[in-house]
Amino acid sequence: MRVELPVEVPAQPGARKPDPVLVIDSITRSFGGVRAVDVAHLEFQRGWITGLIGPNGAGKTTLFNLLTGFDRPDTGRWTFDGMPLSRLAPHQVARRGVVRTFQLTKALAKLTVLDNMRLAAPKQTGERFIGALIGSWGRQEQANTCKAMELLTRFQLDAKAHDLAGCLSGGQRKLLEMARALMMDPTVVMLDEPMAGVNPALTESLLQHVKSLRDDGMTVVFVEHDMDVIRDISDWVVVMAQGRVIAEGRSEALSANRAVVDAYLGSHHDQALEFDADGNPVGQTAMLVAEIESELEAAIERGQDLSA
Amino acid sequence: MIDFASLLANGIAALVGPSAIFFALLAIGLNVHFGYCGLLNFGQIGFALVGGYGMGIAVLNFGLPLWAGVLVGIVAGVVLALLLGIPTLRLRADYLAIVTIAAAEILRLITRSTSMTDFSGGTQGLTGYGGSFRQLSPFDNGRFYDFYGVRFLGQDLWAICVGWAVVGLSLILVFLLVRSPWGRVLKAIREDEDAVRALGKNVFSYKMQALVLGGVFGAVGGIVFALTTQSLTPDFYSPPQTFFAYAALIIGGAGRVFGPVIGSMIFWFVLSITDNFLRQATAGSNPLISFIDNQDVGAIRFVLVGVALAVLMAFRPQGIFGKRSEVLLDAR
Amino acid sequence: MRPARPEESGFTRPVACLLRALLGAVIVALIAIAALLGLAVPALATQQPPHGTSSQPAPPEQPGLPVSGTLRNVDGTLLAGVRVQALDASGRQVAATTSNTSGRWELTVPTEGEYTFRIDRQSLPPGVTVLQGEVVRDVAPGTLSLVVFRFGAQRAGLQTSASATVLRVLVDGIRFGLVIGITGVGLSLIFGTTGLTNFAHGELVTIGAVLAWTLNVAFGLQLIWATLLAIVAGAALGAATDLAIWRPMRRRRAGLIAQLVISIGLALALRYLVLIYFGGRSESFADYTNQVERNYGFISITDKDLATIVISLAVLLGVALLLQRTRIGKAMRAVADNRDLAASSGINVERVVLFVWMLAGALAALGGVLFGLSELGGTVQYEMGFSLLLLMFAGVILGGLGTAYGALLGCLVVGVLVQVSAQVIPVDLKYLGGLAVLIVILVIRPQGLLGSRARIG
Repeated sequence: MRVELPVEVPAQPGARKPDPVLVIDSITRSFGGVRAVDVAHLEFQRGWITGLIGPNGAGKTTLFNLLTGFDRPDTGRWTFDGMPLSRLAPHQVARRGVVRTFQLTKALAKLTVLDNMRLAAPKQTGERFIGALIGSWGRQEQANTCKAMELLTRFQLDAKAHDLAGCLSGGQRKLLEMARALMMDPTVVMLDEPMAGVNPALTESLLQHVKSLRDDGMTVVFVEHDMDVIRDISDWVVVMAQGRVIAEGRSEALSANRAVVDAYLGSHHDQALEFDADGNPVGQTAMLVAEIESELEAAIERGQDLSA
Repeated sequence: MIDFASLLANGIAALVGPSAIFFALLAIGLNVHFGYCGLLNFGQIGFALVGGYGMGIAVLNFGLPLWAGVLVGIVAGVVLALLLGIPTLRLRADYLAIVTIAAAEILRLITRSTSMTDFSGGTQGLTGYGGSFRQLSPFDNGRFYDFYGVRFLGQDLWAICVGWAVVGLSLILVFLLVRSPWGRVLKAIREDEDAVRALGKNVFSYKMQALVLGGVFGAVGGIVFALTTQSLTPDFYSPPQTFFAYAALIIGGAGRVFGPVIGSMIFWFVLSITDNFLRQATAGSNPLISFIDNQDVGAIRFVLVGVALAVLMAFRPQGIFGKRSEVLLDAR
Repeated sequence: MRPARPEESGFTRPVACLLRALLGAVIVALIAIAALLGLAVPALATQQPPHGTSSQPAPPEQPGLPVSGTLRNVDGTLLAGVRVQALDASGRQVAATTSNTSGRWELTVPTEGEYTFRIDRQSLPPGVTVLQGEVVRDVAPGTLSLVVFRFGAQRAGLQTSASATVLRVLVDGIRFGLVIGITGVGLSLIFGTTGLTNFAHGELVTIGAVLAWTLNVAFGLQLIWATLLAIVAGAALGAATDLAIWRPMRRRRAGLIAQLVISIGLALALRYLVLIYFGGRSESFADYTNQVERNYGFISITDKDLATIVISLAVLLGVALLLQRTRIGKAMRAVADNRDLAASSGINVERVVLFVWMLAGALAALGGVLFGLSELGGTVQYEMGFSLLLLMFAGVILGGLGTAYGALLGCLVVGVLVQVSAQVIPVDLKYLGGLAVLIVILVIRPQGLLGSRARIG
């Protein structure tokens, strides 16, 4: 089921891919002196499911926000299918075919499930002021409704079509958000923690849906904490820490690297982090930061390739 | 001692009277802003001011015919919406609130300034721009028309008929818009802007369209009211008037097509009855209520509206008739 | 991602010692000035012209609206035979009269509205100079309209020199900016800690001033003591609104927009309750109303204006020290920075918010008295808070909504701007400059001078 490539991609940060759909160059974003994102070069392969992992504050969501136009970078440029995507507003990014979901689901609770879907349909005549008043948008609306119902059936939400989206469970909202993104026929789907807060019984079906996106020819990029999830479905994994890409590779290869896994995923990522009023880490968190830093330094001193 | 028949007659007159029309139009505009799009416009009275004054100044200072004056008033509302929207609509909701209330106050200060007397009439205001409106009246302007004890002067009856016709047209327009995909985008923006952006909609553009549309309703309200009263006085356009319109909107139910109209009618009915009751009860040498001064009755109206606004927002944000699950105001 | 705050780590001990010494010096100066003002009161009281509350019934048989006043020179002599003119909005003279032997003048204007009252300088006795010879007054029926002209010898050199005018306008602006700042800091802190845009903040200002006026005029308490009591009452009122309204609203997880609309309703109700209690007229304090400017060589300034500046500076310095050095101040900053983080690190957020409301209420009350004393010519008026509120918003947004120091800086800029613009545009439009800057800053730099981008989105 893994998409095999004619050429083997080297497992190192910033590795070239044979057919990248998104290419990022020297992107940085600082918040008050802290480098939240600092990525020199990163490519996402077309048709792959790429998992983006890293501890809290590694800059994954910030990178997502930058790529989709929800945040502005300090420096850097990136392209989508060769077209520059930097400096575009979120809606322009979405219209070009890079569609995202959110960590906290943004299902529109006071609209019906069906309206959530129809809202996402692109190029609607009835969405223009004049078009809404005098245009005939009924036929287009009908077509969009058909398409929406097909997608809802695929995501097992068709029974809920006429309920308010607020009535859905957490997992169903994630599904709705994914289905809604598909209404736009995207090229790249960016999922921010699609499994977070989802009933374990639903995760398997969610995973299958993510895989089905790839099988339909879409490129999927997703942020995730859970190593098992990543191992299961991703074709490629990018590890971020402190804003940088510190490793890239096949998931099996990465999970063999105990140092990376422990430092960034295993023992620490669930601890609550503490900061004082000035934003400096205190107590356990301060020790943790020191520990991570020394671990990283030690690894580099030993000449270890972090991505090995 | 209290004349209940006159209370009721006055109340019914207020139910359909010029004030109810004026505030219904302001509230229809606010419904588009706040009820459907989540925009906090606290300067709706400023839109009414530019509508009324735009028309008055165009007719009096530039010698335009009245219909052109009406157009100028509407265009003035559009321009004001654009000016206010460009800096604020990308920011959090309360920035728009602050800027709109400041702009409405700026407009009032400018129109009443002694340095502007030649242009806007200063504190005296403007009169004499709307004579041709009354000439169109099919009623006998000077005669009283009696409807089962509720009496209207012919000239007011004409203005009321025109006013309700405008309200009706506005409602049809809003109805058509909010049930279209355009309205769906607006409702989605009210709930979560970022979600709508992620779906490829230009949120700024939609907010601007909503601000302009609601502002035009405000300007039209100002025009209708200025034609009814045949005079423009700057201090009528003071900030609390916007809050009256908000109270009317929330009573009737924000985010419902008929909410603002029903709210405005109830608002003026209740206000007229309490006002008249208090005036009667505190008047005379041996008043029914002695702890309130007859001269304070006007101020009590504002206190009541303020309390009603706060209490409704806290306990019944869905309005008097709405269902709690439908209310969209407590999203953020 | 949390912004680092390098400027605070650089806040070292010697600086703190310096600040503490400065605070001490300011407090000593404050007491000295209070004593000075206290001494000056009896002297001034003897030469006060009759004010708002004095009873001089208007002659009922005359049509139109009566306006009157008494002309009294700085040295206390009554000025007879001086011509007073009333001009209507278009600058046409509608009435004129000449003062009688007891300095009293009275004339009648035809309708209600705004009039300019002017002293004919030609008719003044030799040697008498006018400080303020033109007064704009809104004349309304049912009220007694008194117009006070101010006389006094201003140094001729100061009047003509351009640099002196600049200095005067600048000092006026800083004074006004400090007053806006005192009230604005509270508004900004409330926003920072709770997210509430408190439209009722202006009413806290009005109520503070009205309370001080009541204690001062009705109960005969000296204004300094009356103000101190009003500050305590302001703190109590702040605490009460938080406990009675805002804490329950937060507990019910009411949306910020709902809370904002509630604050509007509250503001409307409070403003008109004050109107019912206080009336629609401007009423003057019993103390410090008719002070003369003292000449300090480079600038002439009245004692009350000087005191306003010194008191404001001292109080704002105190607030800065509170935020920087005390436990509760640090907790306030922590809550403003990140409420959830502060709560999880053991700070009692509700207690901090209550304290913020008390502080804001106290500052608003003090600001109200100083605003009335220095900017409104020693008077109190029921809408004063609302007009200040818009300038507060302008200043606070200019500086950066939610920041304490930014709010102060922004308010100073707005204050100076208002006074400078009054030199160029008509006086009845002078608040326009302050409000216009609000819109300009939102176009150029919406996060404000000292704000961070994250707060605005």
